[in-house]
Amino acid sequence: MTQRNKMETTFLSLPENESFARVVIAAFAVQLSPTLGEIADVKTAVSEAVTNAIVHGYEGTQGMVTLRAAIEGHTLTIVVEDQGRGIRDIPRAMEPFFTSHPEQERSGMGFSVMQTFMDALHVESQPGHGTRVTMRKRIRAGNVA
Amino acid sequence: MLKHLREGSRLTVRLAGELDHCCATTVRRELDGLIADPGVRTLILDFANLQFMDSSGIGVILGRYRQMRDRGGLVGVINMNRHIARIFHMSGMDRIIRELDNPQEAAQA
Repeated sequence: MTQRNKMETTFLSLPENESFARVVIAAFAVQLSPTLGEIADVKTAVSEAVTNAIVHGYEGTQGMVTLRAAIEGHTLTIVVEDQGRGIRDIPRAMEPFFTSHPEQERSGMGFSVMQTFMDALHVESQPGHGTRVTMRKRIRAGNVA
Repeated sequence: MLKHLREGSRLTVRLAGELDHCCATTVRRELDGLIADPGVRTLILDFANLQFMDSSGIGVILGRYRQMRDRGGLVGVINMNRHIARIFHMSGMDRIIRELDNPQEAAQA
């Protein structure tokens, strides 16, 4: 059976909404019958992307963060988008352990986690206009007959 | 307040719930309060009741590790679930922080 579904939710860039975004994506992804490990991977990747939008995208300000997800067959596509300050040097931002805020004890591992826990990661950004992170993961769905 | 147990120079702190960017500030402040006593030489972080952690948690652990290292102390972790262990290993934390298999091992750390 080919499944198709889509969802979109928009929320204020408050740290409290990091757990909200995790719950939303887990609830949406559950229709693909993921394993607990796959659910943990997806929740963690979304948590990293939403945290980036809040901490870096809207640094010192507030704005809206959009979480979109789509299911096509066994593939889950997730988009996290903000209209914040954007990233000037994407390759540098994606380097493991790079952080623009060393004084805040950020680990600099956000993009590395997204890369490791998802099958594909694509980052687009326009300085001054915002950032869009697109992630994809194939859910094996071998758990339910 | 984080549940903790002090035995001599060893302090075991039980993390609970979710450790993300949102919770990191509170957890950091509480941990710093607990290790403010220079008599604490070994800090054991017990993850048994921690359901979720992302890279913000790695930042918190790394910061406490640096403080303990600077006083010649040690940090160890116990009871990580598979998901937390995965983040722990991919960030290279296992190279600087001891993963203890059980409370007995932690008691000897």
